[in-house]
Amino acid sequence: MIKNKGLIASYIVLGIFSFLSVFPLYYMFCGATNPSIDIIRGKLIPGTYLLENLKTLLDNQNLLLALWNSVKNSVIVTVLTLLVCSLAGYGFEIFHDKYKDRLMSVLLIAMMLPFVATIVPLFKMFSKMHLINSTAALILPTISTPFMIMLFRQSARSFPHDIIEASRLEGLGEIRIFFTMFIPVMRSTYGAAATVTFMNAWNSYLWPKIIFQSNESITMPMLVANLKGGYFVDYGMLMLGVLICTLPTAIIFLALQKSFANGITGAVK
Amino acid sequence: MTKKLTLEKRQNLIGWAILLPATLLIFIFCFYPMLQAILLSFKRGNNASERWVGFQNYTRLFKDKVFLECLFNTVFYFVIQVPIMLVLALILAQLLNNPKLKGKGIFRTMIFLPCATSLVSYSMIFKSLFASNGFINTMLSWINIAPIDWFNKTWPARFVVIIALVWRWTGYNMVFYIAGLQNIENSIYEAATIDGCGAYKKFTKITIPLLKPTILLTAIMSTSGTLQLFDESVNLTAGGPGKATMTLAHYIYSTTFENTPNFNYAAAISVFILVCISILSFIQMKVGDKRD
Repeated sequence: MIKNKGLIASYIVLGIFSFLSVFPLYYMFCGATNPSIDIIRGKLIPGTYLLENLKTLLDNQNLLLALWNSVKNSVIVTVLTLLVCSLAGYGFEIFHDKYKDRLMSVLLIAMMLPFVATIVPLFKMFSKMHLINSTAALILPTISTPFMIMLFRQSARSFPHDIIEASRLEGLGEIRIFFTMFIPVMRSTYGAAATVTFMNAWNSYLWPKIIFQSNESITMPMLVANLKGGYFVDYGMLMLGVLICTLPTAIIFLALQKSFANGITGAVK
Repeated sequence: MTKKLTLEKRQNLIGWAILLPATLLIFIFCFYPMLQAILLSFKRGNNASERWVGFQNYTRLFKDKVFLECLFNTVFYFVIQVPIMLVLALILAQLLNNPKLKGKGIFRTMIFLPCATSLVSYSMIFKSLFASNGFINTMLSWINIAPIDWFNKTWPARFVVIIALVWRWTGYNMVFYIAGLQNIENSIYEAATIDGCGAYKKFTKITIPLLKPTILLTAIMSTSGTLQLFDESVNLTAGGPGKATMTLAHYIYSTTFENTPNFNYAAAISVFILVCISILSFIQMKVGDKRD
């Protein structure tokens, strides 16, 4: 009897927190499909005003450009991060010696350094190189992270050395072994790393805001941030912008939730 | 014999070659700028007029009312929000770890879902929810409570920031605890049940001690995250009313890029954050390392 009570209490607590977690997102969805005036009145049922809100949004902001920029930047960052960090993780583990291990512990210090503390010199550096507004300035500081290197080093540890030895005997080169053996075997690690990296890249705001100063390079989070301006806020348009910015990551999240969870907790196990 | 040696050497070189790009990127775009920030913080003026001024930028920090207010806000978020969030995440993870519970996956997905939103997006959602004509005030009017002007009063504005942060990050931390709990044998809990331990005792005597490394990790991550809060301060409250919710990172941004830019002073604030994070992480590691 007492046990049952405990279980019922668990359901209630979890139910309340699940509701609180989902409600703001449901509110966003209602907002995107209703006219601003209904949202202010507190209407909580999805409406039929989606297309009108979309029209207002398209009239006010360069939505397609922002979407394209966000997709382009996030894909480039994800592909390069996976390539650079997995090569490094593989190198640190498979060819490890005491010098490489030492270097790895030095790199781990970078994990403790707050990104915000480096933005002033980084900005100066890129403006000296005339790279403000360039994709290079956006991606260069973000593609190599100690966290990702560690994630791949960890997974390389579980990669069977027999495969490497056998491939070497067959005369395959080291780089070829990496591409034809390691990558296919480790696809779940790549999946996890890709999910986390893509979501971070899509959602990043501070660095793009600093480095992209022309309207041509606007990204989705920047577009959403622009919508708050002005004395009168059109909530329908604002919530639709938020919805469009959230949809890609929400879909990835729901489809690859396990992979995402493994990605954020992976390297620390 | 010589051939084997060259083969080993070759492999060693390949190892260095493939870890070089990632290593160089971290040195050039993380260590070097950090060093530059430290140097900048001891200087004043631009390019030709640049000169060393010792600790002047730092002494200025503690006379700067705006800096002190931002420091207070950041510390306040850290002291209030991080413990609430971590305890909530622990409790939820513990509840979800019950083998008799049905529908775990659905609960977990829903509580974890806020992590799918970008920081800017959820700031906007909470900005609308708590707007003077927003949903929360409409709801308050249904139960005859006068509307609260959330973003124009100091403490209500800070309250909204904390609510928003807890909403966004509790599920994220919960996932770490769920992963950690999976490594604890269920038989330990069963033995405790047989010995007559209640849920609270199990939580404090089994879960917390065994999850210590994970708790330490999430505490360090949250500390670093909180001291670097930026998106929320800019988009949710715009740092206002006045500077009542502005964070240190937001202040760095506005000193660097708004009004009359002052790179050197901004660098001093950056180094201040670096020192704070290092000290706090060090303390947490020392506390976490202690054996009971």
